[in-house]
Amino acid sequence: MPKRRRRKFPLYYWLFLLPALFFFVNVVVVPFFMGIVYSFSNWSGFSFAGSKFVGFQNYADAFQDPQFLSSFLLTFQYAVIMVVCVNVIGFFLALLVTQNIKSNTALRGVFFLPNLIGGLILGFIWQFIFSKLFVQLGEKLHMTGVLFNWLTQPSTAFWSLVIVSTWQMAGYVMIIYIAGLQSIPSDLLEAAEIDGAGPMKRLAHITLPLMMPSFTISLFITLSNAFKQYDTNLSLTNGGPYNTTQLIAMNIYQTAFNRNQYVLAQAKAMVFFLVIMVITLVQVRLTSKREVEM
Amino acid sequence: MRSESSSDKKFTPLVVVGWLLSLLVLFPLYIMVVNSFKSRQEIFTNQLSLPSSLSFDYYAQAIAQMGFLTALGNSLLITGVSVVLIVVFSSMAAWVLERRKTKTSGFLYYMFIATMLIPFQAIMIPLIQYINKWQIPSLNFALLNTRYGLIFMNIGFGMSMAIFLFHGFIKTVPYEIEEAATIDGCNKFQLFWHIVFPVLTPTTVTVAILNVLSLWNDYLLPSLTLRDLELRTIPLSTFFFFGQFNIEWNLALAGLVLTIIPVILFYLFTQKYIIKGIAAGAIK
Repeated sequence: MPKRRRRKFPLYYWLFLLPALFFFVNVVVVPFFMGIVYSFSNWSGFSFAGSKFVGFQNYADAFQDPQFLSSFLLTFQYAVIMVVCVNVIGFFLALLVTQNIKSNTALRGVFFLPNLIGGLILGFIWQFIFSKLFVQLGEKLHMTGVLFNWLTQPSTAFWSLVIVSTWQMAGYVMIIYIAGLQSIPSDLLEAAEIDGAGPMKRLAHITLPLMMPSFTISLFITLSNAFKQYDTNLSLTNGGPYNTTQLIAMNIYQTAFNRNQYVLAQAKAMVFFLVIMVITLVQVRLTSKREVEM
Repeated sequence: MRSESSSDKKFTPLVVVGWLLSLLVLFPLYIMVVNSFKSRQEIFTNQLSLPSSLSFDYYAQAIAQMGFLTALGNSLLITGVSVVLIVVFSSMAAWVLERRKTKTSGFLYYMFIATMLIPFQAIMIPLIQYINKWQIPSLNFALLNTRYGLIFMNIGFGMSMAIFLFHGFIKTVPYEIEEAATIDGCNKFQLFWHIVFPVLTPTTVTVAILNVLSLWNDYLLPSLTLRDLELRTIPLSTFFFFGQFNIEWNLALAGLVLTIIPVILFYLFTQKYIIKGIAAGAIK
């Protein structure tokens, strides 16, 4: 056989790849590796030349920072609550709009609508509701115990963040669940109905098991979005009152750009990255194990 | 078989539940719109009611103070150019990575995919440092604090997911068409642009929509890279508009309505593609 009859990587291969690789390497790969190096150095934010290797010092500092730990804990709570709320509501919305009922397409459109508006803008809209409308309604209805400025108390401020993000995300996972529900063959459900399975039984034994791939994806999306939450956090509570609603992404931002502790922020970001990676991989593993073949 | 025609859709109590839920979704938007027309006094006394007069004064003021038209232009330009280039570069790369299955292709593909898990926070600090080096003062070229610089970064960040989606779709496209075209004398560029790319349209739509939505609403990256007032995108100008004064809510809400109008218009024309695109993007 003649050698080098066809080149393994002809010119066009690299020509087609080059633009994608060029942008990707310069924007993601190079900074990512720089970030690893930064996190082990004592770089001060100006010229990197002259910085020294300090081992795990920045990581040790990160874990001694009480605000970092409390932000992390809060982000875990937020993520767990978000995953439950968004998926339960999103799933029931999907069940609702896949029924053969009037205006189901219009309803889909409305439920999805909040997703189009960015988290930053949504946070500002709801800021008005929680801090102005709630106060006014509380006074008018003489219910100031429930309806007061929710953004001034740590626990209610946290829940306002949950409400706004759930309001936004539920419509998104609804779309994924709709696609999942529609892929279930209707003859399977009809056969079960003839065999005497009621609606709840059909849901538990046919719909839910066949929907596992949709759950895998939706849980993955809600989990990683909740962990990365920044925009709504910034515009709705800005971490307040007294930094009690500062999620991890905001803590990293503030460490870097308000306190100029770049290497500390970078070490925090690397920890954040590892945690997101482990949690999402474990979640995908766990839920895909429960997927069934038809 | 279930029929989807609207004539036999039923009106059941579930419909009422659906309507009530949709009122809950629309309520904050209603509050935003009605209060954007009210005077300070009226907001102070009643936020729930419809406005007593329909004057667009606050809108005119908001447009002027936010620099809304400049921001709109910047957002349209940055989102538009970024999305087109993301589609072009990622589809080309995904095609050769899928069609030439070698170890290198496999490695490069996994490199693109694996980085999807990296949160932006892990990259942002070195990114700004590194991008700042890309400047040639004598030519007035810089990637930091320019629109094309932000587009540059948007393309870099957009590659992973777009290549993932295109790669998955190309796998399902039969190879025979491409062989036939090659025999007919197409070169690789003609083959890709005239034969392959048109077949990829459903994924192109998905990639474009997902990127339009995320880039249009992106705040953090532009806030780190664009400093000049006249470069601000819509989320940036909204943010600074809110920080400018002790919030005058009618003006602020008018500003928010303005920022949402382009999105709603886009949604009205592309609703069915958006919903299909999101589903396709998630299920891959």
